[in-house]
Amino acid sequence: VSQGAAVEALLRELAPRVLGALVRRYGHFDACEDAVQEALLAAAVQWPEQGVPEQPRGWLIRVASRRLADQLRSEAARRRREEAVARAEPARQVAGPPDEPDPPGAAQDDTLTLLFLCCHPALTPPSQLALTLRAVGGLTTAEIARAFLVPEATMAQRISRAKQRIAAAGADFAPPPPGEWASRLQVVLHVLYLLFNEGYAASAGPDASRPELTAEAIRLTRAVRRLLPDDGEVAGLLALMLLTEARRPARTRPDGSLVPLAEQDRSRWSRGLIDEGLALVAAALARGPIGPYQLQAAIAALHAEAGTAEETDWPQILALYDLLERLGPNPVVTLNRAVAVAMVHGPRDALDLLATLEKDERMAGHYRLVAVRAHLHELAGAREPAIADYRRAARSATSLPERRYLEGRADRLAGAALP
Amino acid sequence: VKYLLLIYQNPASFQQLPEEQKRALMSEVDALVSELSATGEWVGGEGLADPSTAKTVKVRDGVPVVTDGPYAEAKEQMVGYCIVDCERPERAVEIAARWPDAKLWGMEVRPILSPDGLEM
Repeated sequence: VSQGAAVEALLRELAPRVLGALVRRYGHFDACEDAVQEALLAAAVQWPEQGVPEQPRGWLIRVASRRLADQLRSEAARRRREEAVARAEPARQVAGPPDEPDPPGAAQDDTLTLLFLCCHPALTPPSQLALTLRAVGGLTTAEIARAFLVPEATMAQRISRAKQRIAAAGADFAPPPPGEWASRLQVVLHVLYLLFNEGYAASAGPDASRPELTAEAIRLTRAVRRLLPDDGEVAGLLALMLLTEARRPARTRPDGSLVPLAEQDRSRWSRGLIDEGLALVAAALARGPIGPYQLQAAIAALHAEAGTAEETDWPQILALYDLLERLGPNPVVTLNRAVAVAMVHGPRDALDLLATLEKDERMAGHYRLVAVRAHLHELAGAREPAIADYRRAARSATSLPERRYLEGRADRLAGAALP
Repeated sequence: VKYLLLIYQNPASFQQLPEEQKRALMSEVDALVSELSATGEWVGGEGLADPSTAKTVKVRDGVPVVTDGPYAEAKEQMVGYCIVDCERPERAVEIAARWPDAKLWGMEVRPILSPDGLEM
């Protein structure tokens, strides 16, 4: 590992703890966040050359505090200039570098408190993702913009608007009250889940320079798990990520085209990630109570444990989908369950189940539903409807690799139909 | 998902609008662009020079054939585009409906293919 990479890893680790320390002392989440970014940038330039200071966290807090003081002072000056008559409310004073030590455990708890703040329910999911990556993940706006394939100015706006919304919502830098704690943790886990999915989809794209959001999602989920080691859903989410990430080396061909689960070369799955994921999910399920992430991880575990696609324990997977659907009915779960139904009871039963989904406004005509229907027709040996549905799904797909995959299935079937 | 919003106009009828109305249309566009920038949905966009300056290029038997004028012969021509990044297709349509050209001519909303994908 190069000196620069080691410094970067250390900075990303320290980022939420430094920001937490600042916000706890001075308030002004928005201004503190900017100050910490500046301190991180200064460190990224200085440390690889001059060496890492003995107290890296203290160094960052000192530099960030100084920037914050400058910023608040110039803001107060600007306000004084602008409001010559009206009495401006004086900005809270920042008196020099803070020397008092943190209360024990505070440095650790800050990461979770920050996550609660960045995943505030007043924000839209894209804002939650962007702010989490910057304030908790320590990524720069430019890096986040690259990950989401939008201009830096667009991402900067999203982040600044998110910070304004948090301020407007009057959110404090404090853990949510006990009555809201569980539901707020649900939002945090959902944001981490979305982050992972975003990165997993992106890894099929051609741009190798995009930051790896799956790695970031796993890193942050590990951090949450360290803070909440007994929470089964946190463990379940981490297991789900690891078991999914394990398939990454096998999910695309060198030309970037997608390989479906059933056709993946399982020897290329990452054994280390699978072992860790399996252990996590087994321990979580044994402890209970069971939640949706644990169930999804358990399904991923059954796929991971099958040496070949034919050895997959479909009855068990179907039972888990039944449970998942009972916990929270959701058309995407039903769509996945239909595939399991096909493998256990045959494609005709699965097509009947799909027909019920077609009445659901959220799913009707959605290309994923049409793609699954195409697959079921193919399994049933109904070549013409399968080709028609693969082509229909390809036409409505908005992802280039998925469209190519669906066109490829249609072409393959159409080719097989030739005499 | 990113959407390309194609702005269509009849350049002849635009020229005939009173100066005041042209200015009003422009300031409506400016206000909408600032609003979309503030929400973090604005990705980019440009206006195009008059369609009469367009050249259509076709290569036939390896030889480029260049003709003056736009690809499609129509009264309404593409005069600009913008790209927005929205959570739902309904939102892209909503933005298109607020573009002033939609009231006089029309807008076309096209999802942009993403390079990302999930195996099925």
